[in-house]
Amino acid sequence: MKSLAELKAIKDKMKDKVVLREGSSDIRVVVGMATCGIAAGARPVLNAFVEEVNNAGLSGQVTVSQTGCIGICEFEPVVEVFDADKKVTYVKMTPDKVKKIVAEHLKGGKVVAEYTIADKA
Amino acid sequence: MKEISLNILDITENSVKAKATLTEILLFETDSSLKLIIKDNGFGMSKEVVEGVTNPFYTTRTTRNVGLGLPLLKLAAEQTGGSMSIVSKSIEEYPDTHGTEVTAVFDKKHIDYTPLGDIVSTVITLIQGHPDTDFRFVHTYDDKTVELDTRELRAVLEDVPLNTYEVIVWIGENLREQYNS
Repeated sequence: MKSLAELKAIKDKMKDKVVLREGSSDIRVVVGMATCGIAAGARPVLNAFVEEVNNAGLSGQVTVSQTGCIGICEFEPVVEVFDADKKVTYVKMTPDKVKKIVAEHLKGGKVVAEYTIADKA
Repeated sequence: MKEISLNILDITENSVKAKATLTEILLFETDSSLKLIIKDNGFGMSKEVVEGVTNPFYTTRTTRNVGLGLPLLKLAAEQTGGSMSIVSKSIEEYPDTHGTEVTAVFDKKHIDYTPLGDIVSTVITLIQGHPDTDFRFVHTYDDKTVELDTRELRAVLEDVPLNTYEVIVWIGENLREQYNS
C-alpha cells in the first residue's frame, strides 16, 4: 500500500529541491481544460505532458499548467507553449504528439511545425 | 463526453473557479445505479443563476456565449432515466454556509449509460491543476470504499506542493491500489 510514510519520504526528498525551483521555470506549457478541451481528449494530453516533462528531466525548466477555453474549440485539444516572449500553439493534440514536442521543442528548442495551428488553419 | 469521469473533471472546474477551498467528489455506486455528488464551499449562485445554468446558452466563459458543462452532465444522467439537480447558496445571502452541490443519478443498466471511466486520472488532473485548493474524493461500491483527502496529504507534505511529480504519482498509485485491493 502506498502509505503516508512513503509520502513523508517524498516530502523529505523534495524539500531542498523546492527552493531551487522557485522562479526557475522558463518554459510554460498550458493545456486548455474547459468543456471543449476535456471532451476532445485534453486529460490524457495533460497527463502525458506531466509525465514526459519529468521523464526528460525538465521539471526544473518547464511548468505544465491548465487553463480554460482558449477560444478555438474546433482545434481542441489545444496546448500553448510560452517561452520568454514567444508563444507556440499546438492543436488537435494527442498523447503521442506530446513525446515529440517534449523531445524536439521543450528539450531541443525546435518547434514541431507540423503540429502547430499555423500548419492547420 | 465519453466517460462520466470527464464530466466530473469539467464540473469540478466550476467549483475551483468559484473559489472553493474544498471540493468534495462523492460517488455512491451499486450494480445498478451511480449517484454523483460534487459539493463545494465556493461563492455559490443566486436562485436566478441556478435556474439558468442548465441552459446551454448560459456560461461564465468570456470567449463565447455557450456553456455546455452542466447541460452535458444533465444529458448524461437523463438519458439513462436518471436526473440532475443543483442546490446553491450564494455568498451574498449565506456568508457562512455558501457553496454549491450538484447531484446526478444514473441508471447503470440503461443502454445509454456512459461508463464512469478513468476516475483516477480525473482526480490526479484536478490536483495537478489546482494544488492550492483541497479535494476530498470518496467512492463507495457496495461495502467497498476508496477515498483520498488532500488535507491529510497536505499535513504530511507541509510546504511541498501537491502537484510535485512524485506526489502526483503517489496519489495515482495510492488510488489504484485501493481500487485493486
